[in-house]
Amino acid sequence: MSDLLRTPLRDFHAARGGRLVDFAGWEMPVQYRSILEEHKAVRRAAGLFDVSHMGEVEVQGPQALDFLEHLVTNEVARLLPGKVLYTPMCAADGGTLDDLLVYLRSPGDYLLCVNASNIAADLAWMARQAEGFAVTITDRSADYALLAIQGPASAAILQALTGAKLGLLANYTFCEGTVAGVACLISRTGYTGEDGFELYHAPEDAVVLAEALLAAGGPHGLELAGLGARDSLRLEAGFPLHGHELSPAISPVAAGLGWTVKLGKTRRSLAHEALAREMAEGTERRVVFFRTGDRRIVRAETPVRGPDGTIVGRVLSGTLSPLLNEAIGSALIETAAAGGALSVDIRGVEIRLLAVRPPFVPLRRG
Amino acid sequence: MSNIPADLHYAKSHEWLRLAADGTALVGITDYAQSSLGDITFVQLPKVGAPLAAGATFGVVESVKAASDLYMPVAGIVLAVNAALDANPELLNQDPYGEAWMLKLKLEGSAPAELLDAAAYARHLG
Repeated sequence: MSDLLRTPLRDFHAARGGRLVDFAGWEMPVQYRSILEEHKAVRRAAGLFDVSHMGEVEVQGPQALDFLEHLVTNEVARLLPGKVLYTPMCAADGGTLDDLLVYLRSPGDYLLCVNASNIAADLAWMARQAEGFAVTITDRSADYALLAIQGPASAAILQALTGAKLGLLANYTFCEGTVAGVACLISRTGYTGEDGFELYHAPEDAVVLAEALLAAGGPHGLELAGLGARDSLRLEAGFPLHGHELSPAISPVAAGLGWTVKLGKTRRSLAHEALAREMAEGTERRVVFFRTGDRRIVRAETPVRGPDGTIVGRVLSGTLSPLLNEAIGSALIETAAAGGALSVDIRGVEIRLLAVRPPFVPLRRG
Repeated sequence: MSNIPADLHYAKSHEWLRLAADGTALVGITDYAQSSLGDITFVQLPKVGAPLAAGATFGVVESVKAASDLYMPVAGIVLAVNAALDANPELLNQDPYGEAWMLKLKLEGSAPAELLDAAAYARHLG
């Protein structure tokens, strides 16, 4: 795996039993002990994730806000300093190029967090779209390591290591502070459906910070958690993963994320026209979440059949919900068929898909 | 390192066979197999009474990562299947050579020559 990129915690993971795999060109731990046990530890107490592969992009300048309002579908103008916004980034046809977090540090100074697999394409797209705007776009991905501590015990664990007043830090807000002596951007965000924090910090501090969090968290039941648990946690929470529930072929409207598409009279993102039409007329296909009542995992790309046996869609994501103890997933289904009976064939057994409005488990926020 | 008990026979496809003196045998999957699969979430086993040829598919084991077919290391008639695996497939991760046996067989004929002993199976894993 010599060609793979490594986070500053690669040896930290290997020394603690992390099973390292290729993820979007990065050598990342998919699991340590057990995906299911790590998943349950996050729901019960806390988990520590290395997500340093994520990309960070600075957008700065007098027209940074105008540029971002053009670039993304959610309303960046509503952000106040210290707040975080989740938004899709769409092409003119409404297809989703990426989904990302926008941090407003001070007026005209934004930090974006983007998916690892899209960093290069996002930067190229942003550079093209920035023409005519007084804005500077800087790839800062190599300057940030990122640790996520997630789960109901995460605030108590983190508070023991920082002077920052976490009780005042609401969901989707952030502050600057030190954690175990390490300078961090402390963000009350995450991708698990639990309360939690994401800590942006310098790569050279990553091992010290990870060791401090692991030591402080141990007595609370914190465990190291890999990308396997991260995926099952986000699916149980009903959160989209770019390349699955969102893609250039799946708009935020089709994905059921209409709340992230703001169509103001004065606010016109570059995808405004396409998304306005979709909001008014509906989409040809839409994302449906399902459970099955059965333990067989319904894997991505499995064809989905309607009541008369014709193929009406395909599975986007599928896993076993460790909490529900049954298969859950998402599928892209022809809208006309989406309300009817749906089934898949798994090794010759017909499995009914039971539509669920996500989340599959109650979300908990800070 | 994988646990490879000395008293079992092994198939290259990572099933083990424990021969008993009365012409019956137990079949399961190896420690290497369970570790490679990761968290096991589902097991499908044959019906009791089914006659199965050596090399035939006798079921499926599924993990978070993937689903894999299970192959008969030897010809036999299924005397019993381990019903505990239905509700608790994670037993395969915890105790692959003990509690998580899969089939009890009545042997038909002798064990095929291509089965490996523990040392040969260890070499096969490399």
